Amino acid sequence: MVGLRVGVTLESSRTDRRESFSNLARDQLPRLFSIARRLVGADAEDALQDCLLKAFQRFDQLNEAGAGPAWLTSILVNCCRDRGRAKARRPVEIDFDEVEEFSLYRKIAYEDPFPYSDSLHLDFLGEFGPEDVRAVLLRLPELYRVPLVLVYMDGFLAREVAGMLDVPLGTVLARLHRGRKLFEKQMWDYAEQSGLLAGGAR
Amino acid sequence: MISCSEALRQLWEYLDGALDATDRAQVEEHLGLCRRCCGELEFAEELRRFLASSAHDDLPDDVMRRLNQTLEELGP
Repeated sequence: MVGLRVGVTLESSRTDRRESFSNLARDQLPRLFSIARRLVGADAEDALQDCLLKAFQRFDQLNEAGAGPAWLTSILVNCCRDRGRAKARRPVEIDFDEVEEFSLYRKIAYEDPFPYSDSLHLDFLGEFGPEDVRAVLLRLPELYRVPLVLVYMDGFLAREVAGMLDVPLGTVLARLHRGRKLFEKQMWDYAEQSGLLAGGAR
Repeated sequence: MISCSEALRQLWEYLDGALDATDRAQVEEHLGLCRRCCGELEFAEELRRFLASSAHDDLPDDVMRRLNQTLEELGP
């Protein structure tokens, strides 16, 4: 009889655990999917599936319900990085001296892609749809893409990202700086290569 | 006064509120006198808004269904 009661309690506690996790995860699915799309593009669903399985296994490590969203994000980021590493062929070569000197603001002003525009810089940004932004982000090395997405798109603080990635705050700040410059450079290159500026004479 | 390149290097940190009081004052002094860097500042603000507004992706129904299925099938 005692054994039966213990069994029922255990079963009930397992069900509670699964329900608590599912409730947390369901609330976060749209946000997590958006992050994954920016980090691994078409592999977002697979990365999110990995994240759900790993997070459930480690659910007992989550001590505070309020920390759930950041905790899930941290696991998702690692799943995305694992998938990115598995697919990486060779490191992207970047000339950081050139990138450091690049200014998208000046480039747009000098190249003047929309000669009849009163708001040249805003018109440039207006040419980018969600797919274009994703494509530009995916051109960045993961090292810079991750903090850029988490801080400027998902609203995490740099120190929170440092905790997620287990690196010093200074490292995240340096990657953010380079990531922003790279993003600006890649926005211009992408706009040129994808014909976003082709309507400039209109 | 700090140079344009020094001010531009710190522009996003300035917008993030990540500079200490001395660096912040130096950037503001420069911005008060340099029209081009003010243009850079306005564009950096636009770019930040642009990134934040590009953050949301719709979760397709079929993907949501498969993810919910995964949640329902989680083991004990």
